Amino acid sequence: MTDLDTFRAETRAWLEANCPAECRGPLDNEEDRVWGGRNPTFKTPAHKQWMEVMGARGWTAPEWPTEYGGGGLSREEAKVLASEMRRIDAQMPLSSFGIWMLGPALLQFGTEEQKKRFLPEIVRGEIRWCQGYSEPGAGSDLAGIQTRAEDRGDHWIVNGQKVWTSYADKADWIFCLVRTDPEAPKHLGISFVLFDMATPGVTTRPITLISGKSPFCETFFDDVRVEKANLVGTLNRGWDVAKALLAHERTMIGGMGMIGGGRPMGQVAADSVGTDDDGRLDDPILRAKIAELEVDLAAFQLSMERVGDQVKARQVSPAIASMLKYYGSELNKRRHELSMAAGGSDALEWESDRSRNGTAARDWLRTKANSIEGGTSEVQLNIIAKHILQLPGA
Amino acid sequence: MPLILTEEQTMLKEAADGFLSENAPIAHLRHLRDSRDADGVSRDLWRAFGEMGFAGVIIPEAHGGSGLGAVEAGVMAEALGRTLTPSPFMGSGVLSARVLIEAGSPEQQAAWLPRIAAGEAIVALAVDEGAKHAPSKITTTAQRSGNGFVLNGAKGFVLDGHIADALIVVALTENGLTLFLVDPKTPGIEIERTIMVDAHNAARVTLTDVQVDADAVIGAVDGGEGPLEAALNLGRACAAASLTGAGDQAFQTTLEYLRTRKQFGKLIGEFQALQHRAAHLFTEIELARAAVLGALQRLDAGHETAPLAVSIAKAKAGRVAELAVQEAVQMHGGVGMTDEYDVGLFMKRVRVLNELLGDAGFHTERLARTQGY
Repeated sequence: MTDLDTFRAETRAWLEANCPAECRGPLDNEEDRVWGGRNPTFKTPAHKQWMEVMGARGWTAPEWPTEYGGGGLSREEAKVLASEMRRIDAQMPLSSFGIWMLGPALLQFGTEEQKKRFLPEIVRGEIRWCQGYSEPGAGSDLAGIQTRAEDRGDHWIVNGQKVWTSYADKADWIFCLVRTDPEAPKHLGISFVLFDMATPGVTTRPITLISGKSPFCETFFDDVRVEKANLVGTLNRGWDVAKALLAHERTMIGGMGMIGGGRPMGQVAADSVGTDDDGRLDDPILRAKIAELEVDLAAFQLSMERVGDQVKARQVSPAIASMLKYYGSELNKRRHELSMAAGGSDALEWESDRSRNGTAARDWLRTKANSIEGGTSEVQLNIIAKHILQLPGA
Repeated sequence: MPLILTEEQTMLKEAADGFLSENAPIAHLRHLRDSRDADGVSRDLWRAFGEMGFAGVIIPEAHGGSGLGAVEAGVMAEALGRTLTPSPFMGSGVLSARVLIEAGSPEQQAAWLPRIAAGEAIVALAVDEGAKHAPSKITTTAQRSGNGFVLNGAKGFVLDGHIADALIVVALTENGLTLFLVDPKTPGIEIERTIMVDAHNAARVTLTDVQVDADAVIGAVDGGEGPLEAALNLGRACAAASLTGAGDQAFQTTLEYLRTRKQFGKLIGEFQALQHRAAHLFTEIELARAAVLGALQRLDAGHETAPLAVSIAKAKAGRVAELAVQEAVQMHGGVGMTDEYDVGLFMKRVRVLNELLGDAGFHTERLARTQGY
């Protein structure tokens, strides 16, 4: 047996013993995700336990160093862990912008003190983060932000407004882009800071979307005091941190559609549409479209895995995150279109127990934001054309 | 296993790309086509393939091969897709070699594997009968007769059938499929070379009361399906690799054109409409590449999901390569339609590779059935 085989056997046994039955199988809906934080909510006590045992082992962030609470696993071991979790259909123990976005940026740009302070809490799910990037005047043109941080010696005073701040009303802390030098060219006067959402002067207001609800908020800063120790990276060079973090965000959004697993969509569709005498989904065109989607989903999943391996082997440009973001979000939209087609009129019920209050319809509408948030599909294509294909004038 | 090539596999890739671009670039295909070469392939080149260890890449070292796996065979197939080089690699080095390694008797292996590995022999696998790949619909029959069998039927799309030193014929026996190793000169066999759209080589083979001995059987009577499926799956994965190579090369040619061709006083690569299509195509090609490598690695690992992974790879690579060649011709404009420019050759080759061993529809259907809907 190789070391990896041993690791697989041990991991399998540990997961069998520690993953509660309630935490296996697909999530009923997005609201059932575990986000942790200071005032966490859990669907069942088992979900709390599952987050805690995984967090204690560092397996919510398997590849982070153990000194910061991570799992310290190699890439290959992390893949084994992921495949063993898929094998038993284990739910993600913790959904976290801290793990997906801020953590990798802190590992790269944070001070030792910042890493020691924040990373272990993130791994254990004790602190929930939101992201203060977009502003009403700066969406895809992110460097156009206006939120301003004035230097007051040992601290800054922040004033401005953010928009599309996911879960701002539920987050404990924010990682935020602020303008620290209004005179500099737009990319060169931005800094990346962290602060507590409970700081006086921070208010949030939820935004209702076409899905009838959403995690998005408007966030207002009115003379918010931010300690200088909470600057990440170099003053006025926050754009470097933001770009690195965006790459992680894009990979995360691209991968969103892959979460869940469960039965193949074709089988689910066959339940509602019916089957023909040969046991095939009784709508040949829908069946063909679903099968084509499954081919693309499988190829995309392998592509995500491959990009991870290429990054590890330093064989790829960081702009490759744009490829995953672009394709993953377009694919997820396609997936939900087909899921609606498979559900037929049942899936259209906006308010009923049968439709779990329109879960499928709301999720379908939510996916339309995938190709907008984190940089639109068009922005991602521009990045690929410029940084990977090196096309002229791109 | 990481989804990237190992150092050794990268070295093989560089060796194959270097060898082919030096000895058999696209001009080689044009020469064979325009001179109406009787064989349609260069036997010298095939022998050189043998010397380089390419022809017998999957053949065990004990039989004179390189003893490598599916990933390495895919590396070779992708290189051949880039240069559009006609070669017995797919028919002999992949499909027939795989059948013989899986099920051949020691005598059959000793007689053929070293010669395939050396690039001396060409063995062709005759499986398809209709216009579409359908190994579950074989009607060629083999009836017991005396000490052997009598074969009747007709095969098409037999790669290198017109120059084969031996044929492997898939036929229906009492309780299943059986594979026969047949001398193409046996009375009752008629072979018609079919000049294909991509100037690669295939043949129609008609078998009328062809008498073969019992020792022509490869493996067990009625036991042909397993080894056939193993060979087809490797062949499909290699065809997918070739599609990726051809599609990517057409894309690279197009990128070069976008960077140099001027219209309306600008480089056409400056137009966002074309940039976005190029970026989309890049993304699709990367997905195809991941799917192909994933399939090849699963074949090597003997993973139970390998056949499904192969179907995903063949379907994905087929669709993506088709998009790549269509965009190549379109973005080149009028010159893309000329025989002088290479992009049309890629379009033709991709069409053939798409049809070979099951098109995207065949493999998408296979996925749906595997997943039970």
